Amino acid sequence: MEKKTVLRKPAGFLDVYKHKPGAEKDRTHYCPGCGHGILHKLIAEAMEDLEIIDDTIIISPVGCSVFAYYYFDGGHFQVPHGRAPAVGTAVSRANPDKIVISYQGDGDLAAIGGNNILQAANRGESIAVFFVNNAIYGMTGGQMAPTTLEGQVTTTTPYGRNPATDGLPLRMAEIINQLEAPTFVARVSLHNPANIRKTRAAVRQALQNAKEHKGFQFVEVLSMCPSGWKQTPVNCLKWIEEKMLPIFPLGTLRDRSAEATPVVRPEPVLEPGKVLEKLGLTEDKSRGFARGTVAEEYSEMSIRIAGFGGQGIMSTGQILAQVAMEYGYNVSWLPSYGPEMRGGTANCSVNIQDDTIGGAEAVSPNMVIAMNRPSMEKFEKTMVEGGSLIYNSTLVEISPSRTDIKAFPVPITGLANELGDIRVQSVVGVGAYAAVTGMFRPEDIIEMLPQFFKGKNKSIIDLNASAVRAGYDYVKNNF
Amino acid sequence: MARTLMKGNHAAVYGAVMAGCTAYYGYPITPASEIAEGAAEIFPKLNRTFLQAESEIAAINMVYGAAGSGRRVMTASSGPGISLKMEGLSYCAGSALPCVVVDVMRGGPGLGNIGPEQSDYNQVVKGGGHGNYRNLVLAPNSCQEMCDFTMLAFDLADRYRNPVFVLTDGVIGQMMEAVELPKPVTHIPDRSEWAVCGTPLNKNLINSIYLDLDDLERWNMALDAKYRSVKENEVRYEEYLMDDAKIAVVGYGCVSRVLRSTVEMARARGIKVGLFRPITLFPFPEKQIRAFADRGVEKVLTVELSTGQLVDDVNLSLQGTLKSDLYYRVGGNVPSALEILNRISELYGV
Repeated sequence: MEKKTVLRKPAGFLDVYKHKPGAEKDRTHYCPGCGHGILHKLIAEAMEDLEIIDDTIIISPVGCSVFAYYYFDGGHFQVPHGRAPAVGTAVSRANPDKIVISYQGDGDLAAIGGNNILQAANRGESIAVFFVNNAIYGMTGGQMAPTTLEGQVTTTTPYGRNPATDGLPLRMAEIINQLEAPTFVARVSLHNPANIRKTRAAVRQALQNAKEHKGFQFVEVLSMCPSGWKQTPVNCLKWIEEKMLPIFPLGTLRDRSAEATPVVRPEPVLEPGKVLEKLGLTEDKSRGFARGTVAEEYSEMSIRIAGFGGQGIMSTGQILAQVAMEYGYNVSWLPSYGPEMRGGTANCSVNIQDDTIGGAEAVSPNMVIAMNRPSMEKFEKTMVEGGSLIYNSTLVEISPSRTDIKAFPVPITGLANELGDIRVQSVVGVGAYAAVTGMFRPEDIIEMLPQFFKGKNKSIIDLNASAVRAGYDYVKNNF
Repeated sequence: MARTLMKGNHAAVYGAVMAGCTAYYGYPITPASEIAEGAAEIFPKLNRTFLQAESEIAAINMVYGAAGSGRRVMTASSGPGISLKMEGLSYCAGSALPCVVVDVMRGGPGLGNIGPEQSDYNQVVKGGGHGNYRNLVLAPNSCQEMCDFTMLAFDLADRYRNPVFVLTDGVIGQMMEAVELPKPVTHIPDRSEWAVCGTPLNKNLINSIYLDLDDLERWNMALDAKYRSVKENEVRYEEYLMDDAKIAVVGYGCVSRVLRSTVEMARARGIKVGLFRPITLFPFPEKQIRAFADRGVEKVLTVELSTGQLVDDVNLSLQGTLKSDLYYRVGGNVPSALEILNRISELYGV
């Protein structure tokens, strides 16, 4: 760990900056007096000493360090402004055995990417974040950053940052330290050798933790920007000492390195046999019911089921579709959806036929199951001539107005109440449908009940079986 | 394998699972949320990553990270969420990363409503984000196709190293149909040449910045060549009773299903209507539509759930060779087959 690497270019840097355009492939693009170069070197040295060069993925942000990938050895992402923690989240989850470094500036991390850094920190993602706070936007030419000091003149605060209109500088290390998940949170500075040594130690602690996959590391680094601040490099050092330190106190805010447990992520299952096994798809559970004789008028069904929310409208439709599928029909189910879904009423469309199903909505149904009066009044009008209307005569006290359709008044709610549970009315409706159309045998529906009521006990299944029979028998006995 | 009754949105999740997608990053939005919910249920069973991102923007950037790490990855959303993803999608295309995005379209603009619309056509089919790039776009019209096309989308994404959209609407996402699940893939193309992955780490660079003007121009030209090759090789479409059709109706997604019913009703009245359904919206079946006139088609009616987005591509393809009309419904409304047939009768006096 404390191997000394001094007075030479650390191996964490590339020998030749091959990605850098132009002739000068042996020096950085940073301005004289800028802090990025110092921090880059501390990171590159630590990568060498911790022997992680071949296992490190570096995420370059938007800002002056957009070109961090020119310099470091390792795998690289250059990412959209502020999004390094989001990208890093996925990179670390895809490469759980690697070290992921997110290198960000203050505009990137604290302004446009403010939510991303908070959420990644809060999830405790395995990322080491190096946050360069130089109180200014460097790359775009010296505009105000979230960390710009009160009164500081920038190109977008020409009269100085005014707290009344621009707010006060954000203290990101303190904010991150409010969260439970992060392992290591520190603020360090690059303005003199003593502080550079402390920065070096913090960088190494963060990367050691990253090497051990101990979650989220956050190192805020106060850094000089002579070009943005329009000051000499020497004055910049003084400015940090005098102006920044009172606002951004240095120190280790949190160090849970010792007690943090490594994040372990198992390998994804991709082998086809295992995928099917884990998803319970190895056996063909289809029943393939044999069809009985179905009258011509019921061979191709376009069904609208409607009622109050809570009457099991959606599940009635789904059960019809499921059972029909087992008889080998093409089926579709479409819930009332979007603008129709108003006023506590619900409806769904079911199509059952041998041909390819066109429009899924039962615009002109040949079967309506109406569980209440408004539904009957609304959808009776839409039916084709000769269609069948099953309506819930317990709740619908009027007769249908149409005389060119077949009406089947069935006291669906009443039958359910007689069985002792109003919730089975949807299944009573299914039984009635089976009797009217001759499309399903009641015993086939009953065979499928455990599938519809997964995890329910036998008494519930039996109750629903009785409900199927009740609806079926009522129609058989009365029409 | 057995047929299972499931929502189109769930079918998309199974398509992703069978395609070897190992990561899903998403954010809830109606009417696409069942995709996130399905992934949340299924992915952990296979040690695959499901993460509910803090925003749509974070989700697409997580997709960028996973894709760059060599993983098959997917996200899904609807109109407003897709708008937010545009910057990230531009980066994915600019960095040549394969990824799959499902867009279950809802009503817009703004918050609009959660009813079905097709008004994301322009933002998805034309690119949407900044810069010269395109998305490949598949338009399923059934739950089976939601599954199959999502699976196909992963192959196309890999083949062209580009984002691929599965563009559908609230009807197809929310409806249930029988789906026959495909078998899981046995092979995923190797990405060690370009992805940041592997042991020891493959020291690649995922990047879309080219400071040198000529370098960036060359890269744009390379992307353009890629999209030309896509146009040459990946056009998909479906026809129904087009061979003797005098009137062609053109539509995709849930509209194409209604149009199928319209064609049947028209034929029953002796009106020769045929359906032309683009399956790929980019690449658009330009040549096939341009050939309508040569096949004896006299009139073209485009039907869409947007106020004239698809019809622009139909007209560009026709190049003025045929009379072209538009019928649309929006706001969450879907026209009925009869409504469209009545429009055909009015327009063409048949």
